Order: sequence, then structure tokens, then C-alpha cells
Amino acid sequence: MIEAKNLKKVYRVGELDLTVIDNFSLEIDEGEFISLIGPSGSGKSTVLNMLGCLDTPTSGALDINGNNITSLNTTQLANFRGEHIGFIFQSFNLIPVLTVYENIEYPLIMIQNLDEDERKERIERLLKEVGMFEQKDKTPDKISGGQMQRVAIARALVTNPKIVFADEPTANLDSKTAHMIIELMKKIQKEHNTTFVFATHDEKIVANVDRLITLEDGKIVEDRKVA
Amino acid sequence: MNNIFKISYRNLLRNHRRTLLTASLITLGVVFVLVYTALAGSFKSYMIGQITDSSMGHIQIHKKGFVASIENMPLDKNLNAKSLEFIEEKLKNSKYIQSYSYRIKFGGMFSNFVSSTSMRLTAIDPNSEFETLPALKGRFQNFDALEKGKIVVPELMAKGMKVKKGDTVVLVANNKNGSVNGINLKVEGVSETMSGPGGRDGYIHIDDAKKVLRIKGVEVSEIVIRLKDASMLEKAMKELSPILDKKNKSGKSAFELHTWKKLSPFYTIVKMLDLMNIAIQIILISIVLISILNVMIMSVYERIREIGTISAMGTPPKTIVKLFLVEGFLLGVFGAIVGAIVSLLIVQGLDMMQITYSFGRNSDLILEPVLAIKDVLVVSVIVVFISLIASISPAIKASKLDPVEALRSN
Repeated sequence: MIEAKNLKKVYRVGELDLTVIDNFSLEIDEGEFISLIGPSGSGKSTVLNMLGCLDTPTSGALDINGNNITSLNTTQLANFRGEHIGFIFQSFNLIPVLTVYENIEYPLIMIQNLDEDERKERIERLLKEVGMFEQKDKTPDKISGGQMQRVAIARALVTNPKIVFADEPTANLDSKTAHMIIELMKKIQKEHNTTFVFATHDEKIVANVDRLITLEDGKIVEDRKVA
Repeated sequence: MNNIFKISYRNLLRNHRRTLLTASLITLGVVFVLVYTALAGSFKSYMIGQITDSSMGHIQIHKKGFVASIENMPLDKNLNAKSLEFIEEKLKNSKYIQSYSYRIKFGGMFSNFVSSTSMRLTAIDPNSEFETLPALKGRFQNFDALEKGKIVVPELMAKGMKVKKGDTVVLVANNKNGSVNGINLKVEGVSETMSGPGGRDGYIHIDDAKKVLRIKGVEVSEIVIRLKDASMLEKAMKELSPILDKKNKSGKSAFELHTWKKLSPFYTIVKMLDLMNIAIQIILISIVLISILNVMIMSVYERIREIGTISAMGTPPKTIVKLFLVEGFLLGVFGAIVGAIVSLLIVQGLDMMQITYSFGRNSDLILEPVLAIKDVLVVSVIVVFISLIASISPAIKASKLDPVEALRSN
């Protein structure tokens, strides 16, 4: 599903070229629940951004679902993300002027352009799945952090993406809420066979994943299946 | 597109105080321009009305060369009976002309038996002249009717020569062969020019002019035409243009046709008013441009992470451009609509207050500001268009943000 070969990412900082990721190769199969761990600065976010098609590698090859990502331009990358990828952010990143329902509806209108009946059916199903149906008309400032992350999960899933990338999805949540969010994502992964890739420090996530990839200085130092 | 409008509208409301302030600024600019346009329009239409209704008519016809030497009022450049027959046929068949009037213009000496002074005379047929220039009578004072043997004297000249209504005066003039003739006339009233009591223009009956100039038959210096609708000026000119087809012996047009715009120096004032209007519109454009640009740049900076989020979700750059363009567009539309409504109310109010002003000798002129739909539309379109232009650069900036960088910002 995802095939990364010899990815390299170099950032230019002033006069210096800083290599953040080097010789990075990875394969991810459909339906995997994977965590990238490692200390700060190990390159977790950079890997996540490249695999999530937000950032392009300086060199190397990246293939997702048979598409050669490195050859796509900005607009093509945006369209590809809209079709195949979902994102969950640490700070939820809901659009404050839209209600819960409209936040989930946003990708369907602006990106996939679905008709209203189909949208409604899909959104209401997801709202029930993440337990936010009752709050659907509230704006983000009227709900809790955990509820915001549930909405963000529903938003990430509404386009039926094959892969969801989550950067520290539980970092801004208390442990009880974080636990519920992880359970929810696990449940969705099982039901929809969606691939989840996390960058995290959270032990609770780590304890729940199928596969654990440890990064250090932009290289994979350990890649193991968790029973 | 509907959803882009919905989201842009909500984005404007999220900072409603700033939105209101910007929209108010645009509104204020629109009101300023429209009220000025209405007031200047009132003054302009009064001026044009005075020019066309009391002095020049809408169109004048002369023999070729008359206008070039109009200051010396040549008698050898008059229209003769044959010419008049030709022109009259065209005038009678016109669908734009309300009425027309013949005049003889000449220079003469005006004397009160003690002293004398030069005078420019316009000899008219009172019936057709007052029909063609309905406001002319308003410029005559102590005036009943311009019968044969009567003269209307410019006011300051009457004062200087110490003549009053009923006094007998002498008018002496050279005819076109150079021989001098004089007639006695009775003062019927005093006249003033558009800008006041000065000037050297007197009025007599056309038959008296023929008498003093020893004209036999028909001879006319100019034909003054009043149109049914002043706005049809260009169309009427086109309709009358066959008059110019008549050639003189040297193969050029025998006649000349002029609109009041060509003949009146006041047209430059009208043009100046229009120019000032343009200057004020440029100020408005600057206000709109700067305020929208300011508010849109702020919007982009405040929402960098949000832009990163929608971009990460797969919103194409084009859609992000549209979101910000529509925001600017809505601000412009709001400012233009409210501005137009407030301006209409102010203009209506000013109209109802019947404010008076004076111009030259005419006091108690009532200010009648009128807001033409055309002006409202032009100003609104300019405002909305400039709002869009001002939003382009911030919108493109937003669309070009790198999603990774944008998501990292706070």
C-alpha cells in the first residue's frame, strides 16, 4: 500500500544543509495500526508529512496505492490527499466558524463534491460512530477537547480514506479521554480496514498498535510487530 | 460555490467588529462619493438648464463662418430666405425638436441722448424665442412683453446710463453696407446674464432690427433649437446632419451646426465638475483598496494554521484563493449596498429640506440633489471590483502556504 524507498529529506537552514531523513525505506500494508516513536528531532513528523503527501522528499521514491507521489505537483498532491488520505492533528484543528456537522461535511463539499443525501447519510453514520450525533449543531468552542478529537476523527474518515495519519493525536487530552480516543480509532480500523499511522510519545497508543517503528536521527533503528 | 460563500460569510462574522469597521469605512466612502455626485449633479443640471433654457438652446445653426467671428457679429454671415427654407424643412420633419427661434445679432451704439455706449443686440421674435428659451423671461426684470419699439437693457448698463423703464433711448447701427441708421426705442426692462447683472447684451424685437439694419425680406444670424429631450442631443445632431450636406460655392458646407457644449464656455465648468467627481472616486478606490487589503492580510495571518489544515485535507489551492476572494467580495458588496442605501436616504433628506443657495443674481435657488441609478451602479461596481482586486494578493499568498509550515504555526 505504501512503499517508501531511500527517502531523503534535506532542509536548508541558513547556509547549512540539514539532513533530517536519510536512506529511509519502509513498507506498510493495508489495515495496519502503526506507531512511529522516537525522541524529539528523530524525524517522526518529517516522515509522517512525507508519507502523508504534505511534504515532498528531496530524493527517493514514494508509492502509495500504485501512485508515484514524487511526480505530482502541488494541486495534484492536494487532490491525492483529498481522495486517499485523512489527517488527525494534535490540536484537532477544527474550523471554528463551522458546526460539528459542517466540519465533517467540509471535505465532502470542498474536496469530493458529493450530493447532499449521500453527505448526510455518511456524516450521520460517522457522527453516531464517534458518539457526537447529539452535538452535531454545536460549534467547536462549545465542546470539550476529547469531543473535538472525535469530530476530527470523523472528519478524517468521512472521505473514506485508505490511510489516516495522526500526529500526536492524544497529546492534548487527559488520559481517560486519550484512552477512549485510541479505542475508537482501533474500532474504526477493524471495521473499515483503514490503515492508521501515528507519530506519538503516548505509551497508551504504543501499547495498542500492531507494529512499532522506532526512529533515531532520521533512521529506522527498530521495526517490530507487536502481538 | 454556495458553500464557499457560506464559509467566507462566517469567516467575516467571526471578527464581526473588524468586519463592521471595514465595511463602515467603505460605506462612508460610497456615501461621500454618491452625495457629492448628487449635489454636483444638482448644480450641474441648474447650470446646464440656465445655459440651454435662457441663452443658447440645445443646438444652434449658423451660416458657415459665423461662429468663428461671433465676437464681431458679422452681418454678412446671415442666413437668407433660401437657406432658411432649406433648413426649416429639415427642422419641421425632425422628431426630436420641440421648437426653434430666429435671431438677428448685431452690434450697435446705445444712447440716452447725453452719452452713448456700445451694445450687443439680440433681436428676437418674442413668441418663438420664449417658447424655445423658457427661462429667458426670468432674466428680465420689470418686464411685461417685448413689443416692437421696446428694448431690454443690461442691468448695469441701465444703471450707468441712468435709464429706467419707459425712458426713450436711441439705437444706432451700421448695416452690412456700412450705412448708419438709428431708431428710437422705449426701455421695457433690464436683463442680467447668467452670472449676474453685468454684460452688454440687450434684446429688441426682430422687426426693429430689420428696420435699423434696413433688411428687406428675411435674414437671420442664428437659429436656436430646443429639443423635446435634452438627453437626445447627439441623436438630434445626427438627424440634423443632412443640413451640412448643402455646399456653398467653394464646395464646403454652407451651414454650421453646434451643440450648446461647443458654444458655451460653461461647458468647461461642467467638465471640471465631472473631473472632480473622478478625483473623488479615486479617493474612494484608495480607501476601499487599503482597507480591504489590510483586513485580508490580517485574515490570512490569523488563519495560517487553519489554511494549513484545509490544505492538508486536500483543498486545492484554487479553492483557497476563492475562499479569500469571496470574503473581500462580500465586504465590498456589503459596503456598496449599505452605502447606496444611506446615500439615497441622505439625498432624499437634503431634497426634502429644500436647502437654498445663490448663484450670480439668482438667490433662493433650491438644491435638488438627485441620485441617478447609473451613478449608484457605477460606484457600486467600482467598489466591488476594487474589493476583489485588493483580495487577490492575500488570497494567492494563502493558497501558496506550505501546509507543513502552516500547520506548525500558532
